[in-house]
Amino acid sequence: MHIVKRDQMAWYKSWLIRAAAIVAALIVCALVTVLLTHKDPIKVYATMFSGAFGTPRRIWNLLQNIAMLLCVSLAVTPAFKMKFWNIGAEGQVLVGGLATAACMILFGGKIPNALLILVLVVASILAGAIWAVIPALFKAKWNTNETLFTLMMNYVGIQLVSYFSMYWEAQKGSGQIGIINQSTRAGWLPRIGEYEYLLNILIVAVITVLMYIYLKYSKHGYEISVVGESQNTARYIGVNVKKVIIRTMILSGAVCGIAGFLLVSGTNHTINTTTADGRGFTAIMVSWLAKFNPLFMVLTSFLLVFLQKGANEIATVFGLNKSFSDILTGIILFFIIGCEFFINYRIVFRHSHKEVK
Amino acid sequence: MAVPAIELKGVTKRFGHVVANKNVDLVVNRGEILAILGENGSGKTTLMNMISGIYYPDEGQIFIDGEETQIRSPKDAFAHRIGMIHQHFKLIDLFSATENVILGINNGKKYNIKEAEKQVREITDRYGFILDPQKKIYDMSVSEKQTVEIIKVLYRGADILILDEPTAVLTPQETEKLFAVLRRMREDGKSIIIITHKLHEVLAISDRVSVLRKGEYIATVNTADTDESQLTEMMVGKKISLNIERTDPKEPTDRLEVRGVSCEDSMGVRVLEDVTFTARGGEILGIAGIAGSGQRELLEAIAGLQNTSTGDILYHNPDDGQTVDLRHKTPTEIRELGVRLSFVPEDRLGMGLVGNMDIIDNMMLRSYKKGRSVFLARKEPRGLAEKVINELEVVTPGATTPVRRLSGGNVQKVLVGREIASQPKVLMAAYPVRGLDINSSYLIYNLLTKQKENGTAVIFVGEDLDVLIELCDRILVLNSGRITGIVDGRTANKEEIGLLMTKTAHGTEAKTDAHS
Amino acid sequence: MFTSATVITLIQRAIMQGIPILYGSTGEILTEKSGHLNLGIPGIMYVGGISGVIGSFLYENSLPSRDAINPFLAVMIPLICSIVGSLLMGLIYCFLTVTLRANQNVTGLALTTFGVGFGNFFGASLVKLTNSEVPSVTLTNTSRFFRASLPFADKLGWFGQIFLSYGFMTYLAIAIAFIAAYFLKKTRRGLYLRSVGENPATADAAGINVNRYKYTATCVGSVIAGLGGLFYVMDYATGVWSNEGFGDRGWLAIALVIFAIWKPNFAVPGSIVFGGLYIVYLFINGLPMRTAELFKMLPYVVTIIVLIFTSVRKKRENLPPASLGISYFREER
Repeated sequence: MHIVKRDQMAWYKSWLIRAAAIVAALIVCALVTVLLTHKDPIKVYATMFSGAFGTPRRIWNLLQNIAMLLCVSLAVTPAFKMKFWNIGAEGQVLVGGLATAACMILFGGKIPNALLILVLVVASILAGAIWAVIPALFKAKWNTNETLFTLMMNYVGIQLVSYFSMYWEAQKGSGQIGIINQSTRAGWLPRIGEYEYLLNILIVAVITVLMYIYLKYSKHGYEISVVGESQNTARYIGVNVKKVIIRTMILSGAVCGIAGFLLVSGTNHTINTTTADGRGFTAIMVSWLAKFNPLFMVLTSFLLVFLQKGANEIATVFGLNKSFSDILTGIILFFIIGCEFFINYRIVFRHSHKEVK
Repeated sequence: MAVPAIELKGVTKRFGHVVANKNVDLVVNRGEILAILGENGSGKTTLMNMISGIYYPDEGQIFIDGEETQIRSPKDAFAHRIGMIHQHFKLIDLFSATENVILGINNGKKYNIKEAEKQVREITDRYGFILDPQKKIYDMSVSEKQTVEIIKVLYRGADILILDEPTAVLTPQETEKLFAVLRRMREDGKSIIIITHKLHEVLAISDRVSVLRKGEYIATVNTADTDESQLTEMMVGKKISLNIERTDPKEPTDRLEVRGVSCEDSMGVRVLEDVTFTARGGEILGIAGIAGSGQRELLEAIAGLQNTSTGDILYHNPDDGQTVDLRHKTPTEIRELGVRLSFVPEDRLGMGLVGNMDIIDNMMLRSYKKGRSVFLARKEPRGLAEKVINELEVVTPGATTPVRRLSGGNVQKVLVGREIASQPKVLMAAYPVRGLDINSSYLIYNLLTKQKENGTAVIFVGEDLDVLIELCDRILVLNSGRITGIVDGRTANKEEIGLLMTKTAHGTEAKTDAHS
Repeated sequence: MFTSATVITLIQRAIMQGIPILYGSTGEILTEKSGHLNLGIPGIMYVGGISGVIGSFLYENSLPSRDAINPFLAVMIPLICSIVGSLLMGLIYCFLTVTLRANQNVTGLALTTFGVGFGNFFGASLVKLTNSEVPSVTLTNTSRFFRASLPFADKLGWFGQIFLSYGFMTYLAIAIAFIAAYFLKKTRRGLYLRSVGENPATADAAGINVNRYKYTATCVGSVIAGLGGLFYVMDYATGVWSNEGFGDRGWLAIALVIFAIWKPNFAVPGSIVFGGLYIVYLFINGLPMRTAELFKMLPYVVTIIVLIFTSVRKKRENLPPASLGISYFREER
């Protein structure tokens, strides 16, 4: 047996393989579910659907969650395309959110609301960008391992949020900031008509399109692709690799900052250490599964959020706890991750091989 | 006469439709140093890889000590006490010499690094190597790393050592030391095969010489009975007419002046030494030399990709008559100075093109920055891609196909097409026909000639002397980073260039020879 | 401010905090030495913990009475369950990243999602089975065997308190770390393992079975890390499993790998430093609660400083294994 790299697979074949992997994963998930709940798997999956789409409120909830996950995924994508493993999105989102919350607390009611929201946007972008550019500077200058650096920055960010949650705690000893400016709604992202999360969703939709255009049609995006594919070629055509690394990470962190802003100002109106809710990590999978294409990311983030919401519903209906969704998500991810092998490689069976090469 | 240590009879090896070795016979005796001589691509390394178990011959037999033997893997080769020292070292930088030597050996004995160090020291003492067994590879010079590779083979008990161009990376002093060690091994009864294309080294070290040319075995002679000119003739063969069309240069004007350029590689080894020449518009300047003589560094220095320690690179702009110095400029700065310089690098997919991008996107690699817009203008590159596909007959499903999926010849057409499209005043091409079939090669020759007729200064780095002689107006010969001669393409002959390429560049004899 | 009694308590608690991290870190070092960055370690530690809890829960509930417990089985059952659980996690990771050459970061994070979910799911399920008022599973009957210290420890004064007052898994962690250090530095297989992580192509050419080393190192590493989860619940938490209780210790373990510059013997004092940084705020009087959160940041900040420092100094021995994070495919020569 012998494994060789495939040249390229027709797009429909590769999607067929991915679809097959998801089906296989769903079968395994059904088995696991039946084993644990002793329920009819069809009924279980029906529950999943109703959990995700059952009521208008659930649909809005689903869309909002997709939008947030998508936003973070979009943020990490330019860095990944450059082969810079930014796994620090969790921290970048949190400090963006923290900056938003801080400005809401400090300036709420003191300046006009429109101005305040502008301040929030700028502050969150700055905070996210700073959090991301620190590892980038060290990577550019000393080739410091960015995976480990960005990972560590997450926890510095989390502890920072934890500290300020207590600093601004609503009730003494609660350690929670609570809803900020609940009465004045200062710094709250306005609601469009009846729809609570519509503005969030629209903003992320715009970012998606912009990111797609940036990566595909802008000179910066082109430079990112060249640096990611071959630093030697980048050198040959005179691209300043260090500059591209730093610039791209600033962008990556800035979009994470916006995600933090949307979560605090547009969704939760408070902040705590779970505000990012692991999206910084899930986003890595979303982006990778979509092959770093912002439009495909809409699909992959939908898939992951749907799984989470659906599995949550299963858990509630069948009296399991909500961690059950993580198990199912994990299983499905294993299958999708594994199936890439069959897209990129071919197994050749040979009876005898005379030479090594 | 004693039974030879190794005997090859009628060995043939093909890679696809390319015949790398054709019906080769070879005899290696105990206690001798045999040199395998041949130009680049003459099949020396392939032949040795069949003895060391990396390749398996398609036809022919291998005898070891008179018995027919199958060598299917490097492990088999070691079982027959054959070891090969490759050009590219396989060492772990972080480990000491001894740790690298014992890597992968499971002799059932207890692991004892001190004992292994002692054994390594015994080997170094016995043959006169200079090496600290505890020294880490990352602290070592190239010659020390090579020593580790040789000791690795000796430690595994090899009696037949194959060295693939061992002196390519060494200074003359280090070469002398290596030769002293090899002679001591010969006295110890070991057989040594040394692959080389440096004539003076063949004469200095070997007992016998076997010559290969274009994959075929030519002959074996006793070193004592031969001389440089006979070996060169055997190596390069008779001139073959290729019928490349060559026009006379029209009013050649000085375009690019390289003056006294020297530079070092990342290891601090000098790769270019006081290089001075002028490339003229309307002329093809060929660069000949054995692989790794500084060709790549020279072109990269001109293109702004390699720092030089001394010298100037002057460009005489034909548009405005100004002269600018390109030294220590980045490619972007060079472009901004209005210098129209194109470069077809040796590594096509690793440097000249991006394999995963389509032809259109590859077309704009050099020009994407044009204009103030933050967005890419794909219209022009799309037109260019289609033009290149049509005019150069690129075989591709379309302009949106990733270049990685094209065949070698078509990849090269895309690259050369792009570089020519910017209407360069200087066009540098490194091994532009390597791996290409006859038709594509001629297409490239014609393109270069057309550029020359348009008044461009073309610099062509080649390996086939027949091509260089028929294509180029002048040929510059590089030898270990120095220029050993610049000859007229119309009057030069292969022996003359071959000698300039291979004779030692140190001392004056090579230079006087060149003009005799 | 510090009395000798508080210093002793500080050291004891630092060690207790440090041991789970030490297990995780030793396991991760072995894995990383084979060239694999396993970000699934936090999930594996969860699985290692909950598997032991499940085993012990089933054993305790099968007993006719509290006193019928057999000390040997009480220790061995959770130990073996924990080992099997983390081994399976290691195998999933290996199959995906070694055999199927999947991206290591993505696989590791998926494994963490799965592992944490697995731990919390079964944790909550067990809680439901006990019909307990509090959301936790209590296995104090088993835990006392894990926590049993040497009988004469408290007779030796401060010496006994600092060095001898712990359960056997504390000493096991330190022993494993030193054995791993010895293995990496002084044995043939250790040398080969390091060669795989540095340059798999060279190791392959030298006749070393690269994939076998990767599998073995990663699986053994997972098992060791999983023991950290078991120690946490059985010894540190006195046999009480509560969901999310394990916290971010898995990530601290990965941080400790860097802090210890990929040397398990350095991880031993390193884990105590980390543990100390984590709890030292408790010993500083008059500190507002929130400052504790800044102190908890310290291990990560210190790790970042070490990471920067090693990359600036570029001392080759202190850098991450050269092929860390890169899949090996023989044909790509």
